[in-house]
Amino acid sequence: MFALVANQKVVIDWPCFWVVLGGSFLPRGVYTVLLFKMQFMLLFSRQGKLRLQKWYVPLSDKEKKKITRELVQTVLARKPKMCSFLEWRDLKIVYKRYASLYFCCAIEDQDNELITLEIIHRYVELLDKYFGSVCELDIIFNFEKAYFILDEFLLGGEAQETSKKNVLKAIEQADLLQEEAETPRSVLEEIGLT
Amino acid sequence: MPAPIRLRELIRTIRTARTQAEEREMIQKECAAIRSSFREEDNTYRCRNVAKLLYMHMLGYPAHFGQLECLKLIASQKFTDKRIGYLGAMLLLDERQDVHLLMTNCIKNDLNHSTQYVQGLALCTLGCMGSSEMCRDLAGEVEKLLKTSNSYLRKKAALCAVHVIRKVPELMEMFLPATKNLLSEKNHGVLHTSVVLLTEMCERSPDMLAHFRKLVPQLVRILKNLIMSGYSPEHDVSGISDPFLQVRILRLLRILGKGDDDSSEAMNDILAQVATNTETSKNVGNAILYETVLTIMDIKSESGLRVLAINILGRFLLNNDKNIRYVALTSLLKTVQTDHNAVQRHRSTIVDCLKDLDVSIKRRAMELSFALVNGNNIRGMMKELLYFLDSCDPEFKADCASGVFLAAEKYAPSKRWHIDTIMRVLTTAGSYVRDDSVPNLIQLITNSVEMHAYTVQRLYKALLDDISQQPLVQVASWCIGEYGDLLVSGQCEEEEPIQVTEDEVLDVLEGLLVSNLSTPVTRGYALTAIMKLSTRFTSVNRIKKVVSIYGSSIDVELQQRAVEYNALFKKYDHMRPALLERMPIMEKTASNGPTEIVQTNGEAEPSVVEAKHPPPVTQPTNQANDLLDLLGGNDVVPVIQTTVPTKPASAGGELLDLLGDLSLSGIPPMTAYNKNGLKIDFTFERANPNPNIAVITIHASNSTEADMTDFVFQAAVPKTFQLQLLSPSSNVVPTLNQGTVTQVIRVLNPQKQQLRMRIKLTYTHKGSAVQDLAEVNNFPPQSWQ
Repeated sequence: MFALVANQKVVIDWPCFWVVLGGSFLPRGVYTVLLFKMQFMLLFSRQGKLRLQKWYVPLSDKEKKKITRELVQTVLARKPKMCSFLEWRDLKIVYKRYASLYFCCAIEDQDNELITLEIIHRYVELLDKYFGSVCELDIIFNFEKAYFILDEFLLGGEAQETSKKNVLKAIEQADLLQEEAETPRSVLEEIGLT
Repeated sequence: MPAPIRLRELIRTIRTARTQAEEREMIQKECAAIRSSFREEDNTYRCRNVAKLLYMHMLGYPAHFGQLECLKLIASQKFTDKRIGYLGAMLLLDERQDVHLLMTNCIKNDLNHSTQYVQGLALCTLGCMGSSEMCRDLAGEVEKLLKTSNSYLRKKAALCAVHVIRKVPELMEMFLPATKNLLSEKNHGVLHTSVVLLTEMCERSPDMLAHFRKLVPQLVRILKNLIMSGYSPEHDVSGISDPFLQVRILRLLRILGKGDDDSSEAMNDILAQVATNTETSKNVGNAILYETVLTIMDIKSESGLRVLAINILGRFLLNNDKNIRYVALTSLLKTVQTDHNAVQRHRSTIVDCLKDLDVSIKRRAMELSFALVNGNNIRGMMKELLYFLDSCDPEFKADCASGVFLAAEKYAPSKRWHIDTIMRVLTTAGSYVRDDSVPNLIQLITNSVEMHAYTVQRLYKALLDDISQQPLVQVASWCIGEYGDLLVSGQCEEEEPIQVTEDEVLDVLEGLLVSNLSTPVTRGYALTAIMKLSTRFTSVNRIKKVVSIYGSSIDVELQQRAVEYNALFKKYDHMRPALLERMPIMEKTASNGPTEIVQTNGEAEPSVVEAKHPPPVTQPTNQANDLLDLLGGNDVVPVIQTTVPTKPASAGGELLDLLGDLSLSGIPPMTAYNKNGLKIDFTFERANPNPNIAVITIHASNSTEADMTDFVFQAAVPKTFQLQLLSPSSNVVPTLNQGTVTQVIRVLNPQKQQLRMRIKLTYTHKGSAVQDLAEVNNFPPQSWQ
């Protein structure tokens, strides 16, 4: 199954073949050493419907589906009083429920779970600011915007911008750019020139 | 053709579907429409169609036919197209499909685009899913962007570089120059991503690590500014300035300070400052404290700082927030080995966590509790742990039971306490103990000679209460079979002896045989126990009856036993007392012990079986007295019996011991030399841990009528080997095979070449000196492979 690289720091300069316990999903010839990395983030409803999936590791569609299914089941089975962390396969899962949505991150062994909770919270705040009191429906109908916002906040699983203001500004500008790109076309269309 | 429906409209429509089938139908219809639209190469609505496809993909439907369309969108000049195109690429494509490489050129162009948001899209996509080939091709562009003054792009380039390095580690060097001024940036985004980049590089290369150590003062300064600076609305989280950056810096400091005295000292003050000044009321403050603690524990910090760190963890344990408690337990588990005493101070809090409602916290607390058990606190800790065992979820019981056994074995203050503890575990979690606990316990009980009566009495009473827990029943039956005489004689010293008759005991054992709750293994135990009682009890007839009944049992194992026992009653009745007498104290074999005693199903029965084997082997020879004469005595039976106690309880080992201990490692022995009455045998062993060393023991024996004195054995090996000869046992090879001279040779064979040896033998025989040279070529392949 998909598993992590062994918890060993191997510091070498040449590529090596690193066989992962339980079968590697990373292409051979590449090894990862670092154990600070978010592997994926999933958003799903209380009925288990997926609302967003961001994967920072290469996996086949089949594997992604399997992982999603199992993890969703595991998290939904947790009782409300339980802590936000659980060990699942070789990963640590950090999850938090906001209204009807579960935000679920998979981080690697050495990562700081508490700051991951802050990352999740920051993302929710960004969504909230953008959509104005965000609710699940906003994310359903504007899923691509949710992705855009996430991609302005995180890159490769790491935070790229720690200022809320800057993230929102960038999204705003990009949205403007999108609008500008669309308007001229429709004007031309109107006067029948395309 | 009408315009394809809009994304939101599609979402609305699909959500109205009342059944899965209805949804599938809608999706199929829309997919067909989208497919034909793609076929028509419609530029206008491609973006809309791909977006719809991505929605359907999220619902779980196949969308691979949209992959190429994503590429076309990326190549488009419109920003909207690119936005959706890159999103689609990240969702639908991955490096396993060759088609992803087609993106490379587009990304390259977009990395140089005039609009920073387009550049941003390209960087994001590359940094998220770029394959090694793509990274190789585009690393140069990323490096260029790492040096730009545009902080929006610089921060993205830094994280993209991290991804490139992860995929293609050799490219790390090329990013080194660009890192020069990264930390002088004011922009927090750039700072944060730079620290991530530096962390990645330091983790991967000790040279980089050494190179970047000089940054420690700068990092300390930045961290200090973050803490001391006033309120900054842009980066404030609950009163703390940019906690994300703080945590990242702390992490980098950890890596730089590890194993390095100077760096560790340089960061001592700031760590103490963060540890004492950070606000702990919210999660964000605790996140920073947590990272600080991890850093303090990993670097070479002064002891005062370490104690501070552990105390922080201790405070965490008392926090209302269970997440914090969980994190504390995890960290304490990591530090319990190195800072054992400091963690011991928080023992009572940790033990309290055993009662927590959260499964993850309970598990951590349990592991930590076991790690904290020592000779001083064993009684108190065990009370808590046994209480935990009573009430915990089944998923914990096996681990907890094993932990209790281990701890009891290591630190038991008295034998009685030990046995009581075991009894407690067996009665409360009896069905969850591991299979190998049964033989371990039996061995323990056997060795506590003075407790036999007490043990068997307690086990008997337990059986009266409950016969459903198989490990308990198995241990109890074994003990009753073994010590039943003590039971009926009422000899217990430790507690009030119970009055029980032989018939009552047999009732219980027979009850086990017929009960539906007993597994076949348990029945085997019970039957053997009944049999053993035939030599300890007086009511033999009843036992004979039981045994003969089971001679026709459907269970093959039971049947075989019963038939053999029947035979004991009939033909070999004279052997019965000897065979069934009290078991000798078993030597606990090294770590493999349980598996050697156990042959099947965790039974300890093989040890009884072994006691049976030697006598039958000699019984036939009793009739052939001439053989016995050769072995040097008429009285063979006692000789065999005394060897049984001294050999470890290992079925395979027993038989081999009879054969003279020749093959210890599975490599067959060989005769290296056999001339003029001098025979030299080689036996082999592998030396652990180095598998390249073969340990050969030579056995020299002399079948002539005169001793060989001044015996010297020399050996030479080819150049690729190395040889070490240890001292011989003696230099006289006694006559007529009355003894052997042994000597150990160690051969190092790193190249695993075929072993060859030249040996030289010198000795004095019947007054004359004899010298001989020989080549030994017939080494078994296993000895050098």
